[in-house]
Amino acid sequence: MHPLLLMLVPLLGGVVIACSPSRTAKSTALVTTLLAFALSVFVAIDFPGWGTEQWGLTFDAPWLEAWGMSLSFGADSVAMLLVLLTTFLMPLSVLGSWTAVTHRRREFFAWLLVLQAAMTGVFLARDLMVFYVCFEFTLVPMYFLIAIYGSTNRAKASLKFFVYTFTGSLLALAGFLYVGWAFAQEHGQWSFSIEALTAFARTGLSSGESAMVLLALMAGFAVKVPLFPVHTWLPLAHTEAPTAGSVLLAGVLLKLGTYGLYRFVLPMLPAAVVEYAPFIGVLSIIGILYAGLICWVQTDIKKLVAYSSVSHLGFCVLGLFALNPLGLQGSVLYMVNHGLSTGALFFLIGMLYERYHTRDMNTVGGLAKVMPVWACFMVFFVLASVGLPGLNGFVSEFLCLIATFAAGATGAYPGVLGPWYAAFAALGMIIAAMYLLMMVGKVVFGPLREPDDHHAHDVLPVDLNTREIAVLVPLAIACVVLGVAPWIATDAIAGSVTETLSAYPAAVDAARDMLAVQH
Amino acid sequence: MVLPLLIPELILLAGAVLCAIVGISSRRNVRDSLPVIAIGALALAGCWYLFAADDAVLAAGVSMPFLGKWIGLVTCALGIVLVLLNAGTADREYEAAVAAGRTTFDPLRTTRGEFYVFILLSLGGLLLVTAARDLIWMFLALELASLPTYVMVAMSRRDRRAQEAAMKYFFLGAMSAALFLYGFALLYGATGTVELAGMQEAFKAQAANGGIGLLGLAGMLLALLGIGFKLAAAPMHIYAADVYEGAASSVTAFIGFVPKAAGALAFMLLLATMGWFDGTPLPAVIEVVLWVMAVLTMTLGNIGALLQTSAKRMLAWSSIAHSGYILIGILAGPEHGGFAAVLLYLLAYGLGNTGVFAVLASLRRGGVEVESLEELSGLRERHSRSAWTMAVSSASLLGFPPLFGFWGKLMIFIAGVSSGHIVLVVIAGLNSAISAAYYLRLVALPLMGEPNARSREVERASTPWPRLASTIVAIALVLLPLVLAALLQASTTSAVVGG
Repeated sequence: MHPLLLMLVPLLGGVVIACSPSRTAKSTALVTTLLAFALSVFVAIDFPGWGTEQWGLTFDAPWLEAWGMSLSFGADSVAMLLVLLTTFLMPLSVLGSWTAVTHRRREFFAWLLVLQAAMTGVFLARDLMVFYVCFEFTLVPMYFLIAIYGSTNRAKASLKFFVYTFTGSLLALAGFLYVGWAFAQEHGQWSFSIEALTAFARTGLSSGESAMVLLALMAGFAVKVPLFPVHTWLPLAHTEAPTAGSVLLAGVLLKLGTYGLYRFVLPMLPAAVVEYAPFIGVLSIIGILYAGLICWVQTDIKKLVAYSSVSHLGFCVLGLFALNPLGLQGSVLYMVNHGLSTGALFFLIGMLYERYHTRDMNTVGGLAKVMPVWACFMVFFVLASVGLPGLNGFVSEFLCLIATFAAGATGAYPGVLGPWYAAFAALGMIIAAMYLLMMVGKVVFGPLREPDDHHAHDVLPVDLNTREIAVLVPLAIACVVLGVAPWIATDAIAGSVTETLSAYPAAVDAARDMLAVQH
Repeated sequence: MVLPLLIPELILLAGAVLCAIVGISSRRNVRDSLPVIAIGALALAGCWYLFAADDAVLAAGVSMPFLGKWIGLVTCALGIVLVLLNAGTADREYEAAVAAGRTTFDPLRTTRGEFYVFILLSLGGLLLVTAARDLIWMFLALELASLPTYVMVAMSRRDRRAQEAAMKYFFLGAMSAALFLYGFALLYGATGTVELAGMQEAFKAQAANGGIGLLGLAGMLLALLGIGFKLAAAPMHIYAADVYEGAASSVTAFIGFVPKAAGALAFMLLLATMGWFDGTPLPAVIEVVLWVMAVLTMTLGNIGALLQTSAKRMLAWSSIAHSGYILIGILAGPEHGGFAAVLLYLLAYGLGNTGVFAVLASLRRGGVEVESLEELSGLRERHSRSAWTMAVSSASLLGFPPLFGFWGKLMIFIAGVSSGHIVLVVIAGLNSAISAAYYLRLVALPLMGEPNARSREVERASTPWPRLASTIVAIALVLLPLVLAALLQASTTSAVVGG
């Protein structure tokens, strides 16, 4: 099975949509995304990487050999999992935008599919330049999706989104080039193979150099995650984006940042990571608490969920920098779970908005009385997001916290964070429960409040129709499955996680020895 | 024997002479063949480079032996697009009046033929720079590339601003020529020769005996400063915004590329006499000056562009910023792939620059070329192809993957990092980020802006050629990355210094 098919199918679909009449756009997009999903499932069934550190789906073609660039693709288990998440969310996004997009429809679905191709490319890249090109290119379709189909403040939101992420990734590019250059100094030949650069950077960079590279890479990935204090583009972009845009932004694009941390920062720069993990941990905790508190005072539901993403992704980063397998597994699982539950919340808000044309909690409320099905799903996904045991959010959040707690101890994987980090981060769980339940209390329960002129211009029924339920049910099933049997995912990625952490026990011990010598 | 070396320039000269004669023909359909003649001459010269050029002849006695072929091909290819873009620019009103029968054709009054003469001569000057063996040749070639552009600015449109721009351009250009001639004189004083090879020998000897003398350094600095005018590099960049704005957009595309490329080549040839041989770096003073020049050029250019409300002025400032990126490649030197990166970047920049100005040239409002950003708003609704070509060209100038501009910039960055100028590359990265803010306006306004009262009045230009030029460029920017491997190979071999 050719890995490029997973990119080419959506790309081709996008081109077909761009060239065919507007009325077939939706159905072509749906067929293409379903086909891509089927392909990815087909690939996943006999994927050799599950549970091991092996790479599957590999493909290599020479390209710019003098500069060490090649067209190499492939996936390990974590990449494959995220590809699955992408291909799973795509048909739902198409289905979820069925009636929401009314103008320039052809372009909308074409960009959506181009976005899918680029996102898949990021996860499948085994060459740094392929990764970078795809990573950057995700900006273009998203920029257009926000700028054309967003709500009132879309121009500012799209510009801010673009400039922030573009700036960050240019700095990351500088960092990558530096690693490539150091590699060339050592081997007399450039290489952009992720594998070769990772192996080299672990030992080949001095501590000063790797701290510098860490700073550069963090500039790129922290903006994307987003980590406090470079998160300010996100609430705006999320709030202004059309529903499908928000879903994919939260579901997949933010994960490009954490995936970057997982794929590059952790395995490449162990020494610098050990040194600066406490700093990054503190930033994540500030993000968790600060964004959580901001959520609490929101009146716009979409903005609330947007800020909650900042808070949630803080846990994800914390889990990564706990530097033990538990934390990494929890964090990767968190990436998937956040994509599912927050994606679902954005869908629900989109459905609400299509009916009432407002997202203001003071204007709409008590909707359980008129939209019982919608209300059920809302409560369900809020609980998944809050971390109710039995649903998916709980497992990953708990894993991240335990791992952070254990990171101070000695053992097979000593870390540099510890109980204090876990304690402060756990406060974030409480805050999350407060703001999300407060939102549910206002919007779902309580006295019925509706804006005056609603339903006047609607083609939709009062409650959800079959199509909308069809969007939400797969997400709900996935949430339950990953909540009840999280080991499906965590076992599958165990090999990749150990591989990513292979330098760590030694790096942490070295750092501790150094500290002991100094005292 | 120098004649075989000059065949492409002679072809262009023949084309120029033919244009001068045909241009005064009283028959309209004969005059209409002017762009065909110019394009034919360029195509012929290009074919000579492709099929007939003898590398050994081209290389003989030249300090960068393989430069000629690359620059020749790039110049001829871009030259064809530029001629296409400029077809019908000069003397438009007069030709229209003649066609309408309002006036009779007067050979003394027409300037259309001369316009093509100047285009071909200027391109010939650019070709000659690559073959420069001594300072006098270099001076003449540089001036041959620039002098016609002064006139082209003046005759590009009947507008006071064009006259003002031409005067400004001419006087400041003359001053800069004086500066670098003075520098050349000092270089001659320091080395006792005007031949580049001889200068290199002399500087080698000086470097071996305790460093290059003050006279040589002063000469080089003056020369760089003066030639910096052609590049529009800080501090000699001030004229650019006014001149680029004053000229018709099609001519702006021309002066944004040809003198700049000539300046960059002259920089490389001159600096190669003073450093990079036998592993010696450039003298520290020169390196520092180039570093500061690069940073100032990038930053001032980008900040200047950010502040504009006129699209044309914004692009003028941004072309200054591109000179800054080019300077990084030059500073990186031939060993670290800097020169190769510059050669690739010149192509990428030349295409992108031609693309954006071609879009501006292809649109008119009330008979006047479109200039302000406001007029571009919502362009897509009535001129969707122009909106898209504008978006592609600006995104390429921004250096957005996977367009061609990205690879040019990437190679510049790689060269910068390889030569150890990490800070410079980071500054360039941040500058690219600044440039995103204004290049995005050129993507967003045409494609996503709301049409306003002024932009609704925007009409297509009467001739289809600028639109065709912009479309060709946009397609090239998308497709060229597919042959990137071959282009990189070619630019690398072309950038070799020494025989």
